[in-house]
Amino acid sequence: MAEKILTTENVRLYYGEKEALHGINLDYDKFGITALIGPSGSGKSTYLRALNRMHDLTDNVTVNGTFLFKGQDIYAPSTDTVELRKDIGMVFQQPNPFPFSIYDNVAFGMRISGEKNKAVLDEMVETSLKQAAIWNEVKDDLHKSALSLSGGQQQRVSIARALATSPEILLLDEPTAALDPVSAHAVENTLMQLRDKLTMIIVTHSMAQASRISDRTAFFMNGDLIEANDTKKMFLDPDKKETQDYISGRFG
Amino acid sequence: MDNIRESLLKQSAATRKDRFGRYISLAALLLIVVVVLSIFWFVASKGLATFFANKVNLWDFLTGTKWAPGQKDANGHPFVGAAPMIVGSFLVTLISALIATPFAIGTAVFMTEISPKRGAKILGPVTELLVGIPSVVYGFIGLSVIVPVMRHLFGGSGFGILAGAMVLFVMILPTVTSMTVDTLKSVPRHYRESSLALGATRWQMIYKVILRAATPGILTAVVFGMARAFGEALAVQMVVGNAALMPQNLTSPAATLTSVLTQGIGNTVMGSLENNALWSLALILLLMSLVFNSVIRAIAKKGAM
Repeated sequence: MAEKILTTENVRLYYGEKEALHGINLDYDKFGITALIGPSGSGKSTYLRALNRMHDLTDNVTVNGTFLFKGQDIYAPSTDTVELRKDIGMVFQQPNPFPFSIYDNVAFGMRISGEKNKAVLDEMVETSLKQAAIWNEVKDDLHKSALSLSGGQQQRVSIARALATSPEILLLDEPTAALDPVSAHAVENTLMQLRDKLTMIIVTHSMAQASRISDRTAFFMNGDLIEANDTKKMFLDPDKKETQDYISGRFG
Repeated sequence: MDNIRESLLKQSAATRKDRFGRYISLAALLLIVVVVLSIFWFVASKGLATFFANKVNLWDFLTGTKWAPGQKDANGHPFVGAAPMIVGSFLVTLISALIATPFAIGTAVFMTEISPKRGAKILGPVTELLVGIPSVVYGFIGLSVIVPVMRHLFGGSGFGILAGAMVLFVMILPTVTSMTVDTLKSVPRHYRESSLALGATRWQMIYKVILRAATPGILTAVVFGMARAFGEALAVQMVVGNAALMPQNLTSPAATLTSVLTQGIGNTVMGSLENNALWSLALILLLMSLVFNSVIRAIAKKGAM
């Protein structure tokens, strides 16, 4: 048994009275990529956002269940969401750099935690941009506005920004859905290079993407976790008929 | 065949209506343009007459400190120094904007970020109501509350630049606030989410991301408020003291372009130097509002990049 970095047990989430997640049990090994797949409205993004307490921002959402990050209860009242979100970073569907320079974007996370040393910032910005596989494209104009980059570049800057706080887990909510295939490919390569240093959980609508990059795949439908398995097994010989139907496009 | 030919060559009713609608809007636009141009022409021709017909030196007009258009100095030049009013106008505008900006930003942040529900329910309608209060009411409150307070605190009569700025501060606050609220609301939600996801506290999110992203819009709001303060006449006139003297300090009686205008324009004869000199003040006001407008446009353009 590999070490589990994150375990979730009996996750139930309510929008008002309506139950949107019906008891999800899922846990994650340290390092590697887990893909969450499923049709729209299946609850995979909702589940993902529960992992770093992004639902705290929305009124009317109740989250039940046990979430343990390295043995620590994520939803305990004593948990500091600010620290938690530094450990569990997030990248969103839309590339969303702040309207600042590339440098200021990537340095943002460190600056808000009080890092002022220019040398430390410089080095971390460079490392993060290299990890996100965009350093070579932007190294000459780090002080250009991040909004002037292409969509794919913006998304990789967003990934670099999330990496700069040295998270242990990176949540990615359809990170390539708004990108063209070439940019999507670049982002995928970035994720592949990070799989040995980082635990990544990625929500994706692209079955091909899940099969290409993930080590494990979990299939969600209607707020239930239908099946979670090694990606190979999942795509070649799934245990459940629903999974087979969805993967082969015979769904609905 | 002929039917098709005919219907293709003839204009349909829809096309005619479309063209009719276009003419109506064009006519409305032209009317507005004509009105604006006439105002400019009128104010400019009257205002420039001071310099061309009455041979007043432009430099003397802008820098002279004595305002008594009816009297002449030893060389026969009339006293038309507008500097006290120009300084007065700029001082009340700047001071009121300086005080109003932090309050407006604070209120707007509270209304959009900290307590959106209460903000929308209570503060929103309140600010809208404040915009609608007639300026004479503000002036009257200034006269009966602010002027005595100033007198008590700083001595003298209480009338002056500071009293005018305080009244203007209250008057422009709702405008600046509601424009700032609109700007903050238009900051995309994903800026909020991604800054929090990076481990920012709510306060860090507000002042490092939201306010920074909203800076062009906030500047526009402030300049808009300044334009309003610069042009406000009645309320200022009631508290500023109306002495066309170079202000010695912020609590001595002073005057602004607008206050001299409202006081004098009914008491002078059309075509006389006294009257023309007032039009010159109006021309300065008009030019300044043009300047404010261009500043707002320049900021908007820069913010859009």
